[in-house]
Amino acid sequence: MAETKVLERKPLSLAERSNLPQIVSGLKTTVSHMFRKKVTLQYPEVRPTLPEGYRGVPTLVHDPHGREKCVSCQLCEFVCPPKAIRITPGEIDPEAETAHVEKAPKEFEIDMLRCIYCGLCEEVCPEEAIFLQDVYSMTGYSREEMVNNKEKLYELGGTLPDHHYKWDKKRAAEDAAKARGYAHS
Amino acid sequence: MELVPLLLKILYAAIMLVVVLTIAGYSVLIERKVSAYQHGRIGPNRTTTPFIRPIPVIGPLLTRLGIIQLPADGLKFLFKEDFTPPYVNRPFFWAAPLIAFVPSLAVIAVIPFGQYTSPLTGEMIPLVLAPMDLGVIFVLAIGSLSVYGVVLAGWGSNSKYSFLGGIRSSAQMISYELSLGLSIFPVFLWMNAPGSDAGLSLSSVVEAQNTMWFLITCPLSAFLFLVGIFAETNRLPFDMAESETDLVGGFHTEYSSFKFGLFFVGEYGAMAVGSALFVLLFLGGWNFLPFLANPWPAGWIGSVLSVLWFLVKVVGMITFFVLIRWTLPRYRFDQVMKLGWTVLLPLAIANLIVNAAAVAIHDLW
Amino acid sequence: MDIFFILFALLTVVPAFLMVVTPNPVAGAVFLILSFIGMACLFVLLEAFFLAVLQILVYAGAIMVLFLFIIMLLDVREVEKLRPNTVTAAAAGVSLLLLVLGLIAVLAGDGLSGQLLSALPAVPDYPAADEPLGLAQKVKAYGYGLFTKYMLPFQLTGILLLIAMIGVIVLSKKRAAEEGAESAGADS
Repeated sequence: MAETKVLERKPLSLAERSNLPQIVSGLKTTVSHMFRKKVTLQYPEVRPTLPEGYRGVPTLVHDPHGREKCVSCQLCEFVCPPKAIRITPGEIDPEAETAHVEKAPKEFEIDMLRCIYCGLCEEVCPEEAIFLQDVYSMTGYSREEMVNNKEKLYELGGTLPDHHYKWDKKRAAEDAAKARGYAHS
Repeated sequence: MELVPLLLKILYAAIMLVVVLTIAGYSVLIERKVSAYQHGRIGPNRTTTPFIRPIPVIGPLLTRLGIIQLPADGLKFLFKEDFTPPYVNRPFFWAAPLIAFVPSLAVIAVIPFGQYTSPLTGEMIPLVLAPMDLGVIFVLAIGSLSVYGVVLAGWGSNSKYSFLGGIRSSAQMISYELSLGLSIFPVFLWMNAPGSDAGLSLSSVVEAQNTMWFLITCPLSAFLFLVGIFAETNRLPFDMAESETDLVGGFHTEYSSFKFGLFFVGEYGAMAVGSALFVLLFLGGWNFLPFLANPWPAGWIGSVLSVLWFLVKVVGMITFFVLIRWTLPRYRFDQVMKLGWTVLLPLAIANLIVNAAAVAIHDLW
Repeated sequence: MDIFFILFALLTVVPAFLMVVTPNPVAGAVFLILSFIGMACLFVLLEAFFLAVLQILVYAGAIMVLFLFIIMLLDVREVEKLRPNTVTAAAAGVSLLLLVLGLIAVLAGDGLSGQLLSALPAVPDYPAADEPLGLAQKVKAYGYGLFTKYMLPFQLTGILLLIAMIGVIVLSKKRAAEEGAESAGADS
């Protein structure tokens, strides 16, 4: 059993019981605050600086060449705890330059009324296509407005300036292999 | 009674009412701004109208000061849904806001607010709606009626929180009215000491403070009166009736819209009147400074200056009320009772006895 | 002035009557306050301003707040159910009769005139009352009258309050004793 230490409580002095010195010192504190710099941020005009790794609204990104990174593997859709993500997978036009990627989302919807900003989608994405960025103010007048479709998601997301170009390297490797006579399965 | 003087009286009363209501309204703004500054915030600084915004320099300044906030809030109160819960006692529920509102405004009739020195005769006339011999007692009497608004609101609302608010308020009012009344007596003892017969009117109090304020000669009275005023106007730290942390909204929990607005304005009106009373009784009214003769010239310029100086003091007192509110936590109910009965009342009685003895000794001298 | 008198008299009498007949104690208290205010207005008509203000300050402002405070602590629904029993009603009737008879005796006969009371100096006999009185002197004269001519009624009122106080103590003591006996009975 833990030992309890009984503290002597000193009886209050007359000055303390009258409350008056306390009132004066309290006033000193509050009045001194009146002349300090204000901490208010004039919100819509002045935005707070967000810390690194802030989890805002989830968005989709392009790579610097303008290719949409999402390949509609639907991992995020499966992992999403509140089931806010809905992906309609689609195929890439075989004539297109990035035809070897094979898949891209036809439609990609995130219901922001359901999203809990947990960041699991970003965590799970093998393509680094979905990111929780710095947008934190989502408003709308209807439920429909609060569902971000693919167009909106790319508009919010922009371009991710990474330069590893996974799929370009893959095609280069394939081309090189083809040139040396190995056929890609 | 002839018609013209009667109409003039009504006009004066209407003007006075408008002025006091404006002061009461803008003390809400003072409260919001000062509390914001105490918290390191800015306070209301955005409400504006299309007429004011485009004015070059003044427009943005007025907006930043939040001047338009008051009419905006007033309109908001007017246009909200006025909901009467089905379980209330309707006559009391509807009468209570009026009973709370009217007494705090009725006392302004006897409150003097400036002086007019006739340039011809040099005679000084105090500016007051109804010059009354009994000014102080009248104020105390009518002021004591305003508690019924709170009590009946609490009882008529037929809800626990409101009821507790009403009960607390009535107990507090009984406890603090005594020390409040007793604290003023020494002032009038000194004014009506043998050899002087100044009566009980508020303007004569101001005249008696021409060179020396009662704050300096009767500091204990001033302190007791200040505490009493805090309690009577239900301001923190004696915010028993409202006590929003434990009673939701206290007596006005069930009120909405305009009826709540009446309570709200009544409370700030009471605060403005209380500040004016303290200024009149202890801070020399419109007298310039202690130890200094009044610089107010004869004629209307002097009266305007005296009224302005009085208003400056009143606004200062209102600011003090606000500063205290945002500095101190609320007393617990039993602490309020204990403070009232075991500290303030004996102090007030002792103060009265000591001052009476002092007046007697002064007379013997 | 007649109109004002009738108005204020009605304001005094009607709420007083309603106060007696209403079953709701809080409403009764409010009617009593209204009646007090009407009475203060009547005092104003008599130009007894000091008395009027005191009436409001003491009765309407302080005592009735206390009343309301006590009433609100009662269970109003219980109280509304209470009906006076026959003994109380009979006692009330007899007291009313006595009061009316006493008033008739005083008013019809020469009453108390010629008695010791009126031999004492009345208010207007206050020294230096001939010139118009200042307020402080008015109050002084009021006190002078209260402690000379009207000493007996004044003291009687005091005794009435004392009776009420003793009554309250007796009532509360009795209940405490009963409860004590009950708890003692439960213990044994």
